[in-house]
Amino acid sequence: MGGREATMVLLDENGIRCDGRKIDETRKITIKAGVLKNADGSAYIEFGDNKILVGIFGPRDVHPKHMSDTDTGILRVRYHMEPFSVTERKRPAPSRREIEISKVIKEALEPAVMLEKFPRTAVDVFIEVLQADGGTRCAALAAASVALADAGIPMRDMVAACASGKVADTIVLDVNNEEDQAGQADMPIGYMPNLEKITLLQLDGVLTPEEYKKCVDVGVNGCKLVYEIQKKALSDKYFGNGKD
Amino acid sequence: MASKSVIDELKKTQILELLEQGKRVDGRALDEPRELSIEINAIPKANGSAKVRLGDTEVLCGVKIQPDKPFPDMGDKGIFMCTAELLPFSHPTVETGPPRDDVIELARVVDRGIRESNMVDVSQLVIEKDKSVVGVFADIVVIDYDANLFDACSYAATAALLTSTTPTWTMVDDKITLVDGEESPLPTTTIPVSITMGKIGNYIIVDPNGDEWDSMDARITITTNSDGNICALQKGGSDGFTQEEIVQCGEISVRVGAKIREKLKEAQQGSQ
Repeated sequence: MGGREATMVLLDENGIRCDGRKIDETRKITIKAGVLKNADGSAYIEFGDNKILVGIFGPRDVHPKHMSDTDTGILRVRYHMEPFSVTERKRPAPSRREIEISKVIKEALEPAVMLEKFPRTAVDVFIEVLQADGGTRCAALAAASVALADAGIPMRDMVAACASGKVADTIVLDVNNEEDQAGQADMPIGYMPNLEKITLLQLDGVLTPEEYKKCVDVGVNGCKLVYEIQKKALSDKYFGNGKD
Repeated sequence: MASKSVIDELKKTQILELLEQGKRVDGRALDEPRELSIEINAIPKANGSAKVRLGDTEVLCGVKIQPDKPFPDMGDKGIFMCTAELLPFSHPTVETGPPRDDVIELARVVDRGIRESNMVDVSQLVIEKDKSVVGVFADIVVIDYDANLFDACSYAATAALLTSTTPTWTMVDDKITLVDGEESPLPTTTIPVSITMGKIGNYIIVDPNGDEWDSMDARITITTNSDGNICALQKGGSDGFTQEEIVQCGEISVRVGAKIREKLKEAQQGSQ
């Protein structure tokens, strides 16, 4: 992992983490669907101190045309961080990290989106990280799923997302920025709760086979918690009181 | 790699029909990687190098070791970095110019596997704390493509690092100075092994070949270390895995990885 020394107590004797959470607790998560006027669908997520906006366009014509597929629609994802989203200013141009994250998020969403219903079109997912605090790819994926549903795009399932990890020799849910820097392992997971399929999975850090199994289990349970918040965001917008 | 065509669809049907009988197109068992051959010291001018063939995929890794400035918050550690590139003759669809997302992913996954295993002991690569450290750069080029570049590149880099020697530098009058004739093996702590598995239908296959790669629904790359622990993972492709499949892939990566690790050790010993 980051290889930096911990300057704080990551897990105290009562099992409380550096931000006051228990080991199986996520940070505070709020999702709001339909926050942009021009986009066909959108969502805003606050996942701890992460603040991320997602806008969807499509299904729409594909430009450049050669990218279109006569058999199916295509999904395009751009994950991008604002220069001011992190402690040290980030150069505005997409980094290699952002290109990789765009790709893994795209592949995490594809199994859920019924693209075969819209041949020759594209669905564009634009993710903008306004403030980052560890676990942005999971937060972005969770918000992107809500935004796709908000755009009315047919889906087989929602993709929920949450990370698990190893901190102070303990498997914990939803690794924050400090824990990511000083912890022992970080495993972001994307999961379709109804189809019971894992669509995003990465890991860095060392885990024994037993810890690995537990880590997947803890992360999948976290995804199920996030799923409830995603559903609430959609029901608040479409069945909520008065607004919209 | 190449875009899907009607031929690919036909191939996929055939591959799937064979898998239902427990067979693969090239006769391998489901958990059997292709033949691996490792040629150490293919580039004598590098500090370490290895040419690896995995089936018909061929890659070359050269390691360069040179003094460098440490990262600002890592003054007590040397630098390790791994890159990967597809040479223009490795496949008809490769274009020159900025790397595509799949090549960026390849380089980052290979780097992460080796980095997270802590294979290169960067704490031993300091010339003067906060001022000057040793940088180890493993640059990999793909010479010929037949799928599963993740594993081929990872084995090439690992084999090259295992057989690298590093020069010695000291600070004399605030200047980095090479100590003549003092060479030592690059300090390493473990042998990471990456195992890439494809999912076709409900079947998990180890080290997909070109036809299998084009037919995959999803893939997963898991790196294990010498202790049999898992140190890095990357899922890819447009389908998902069940939780049971993820655990199964973990077990396969430990078991098959151990066999590959022996091959890497043989290559290391053969070079001494």
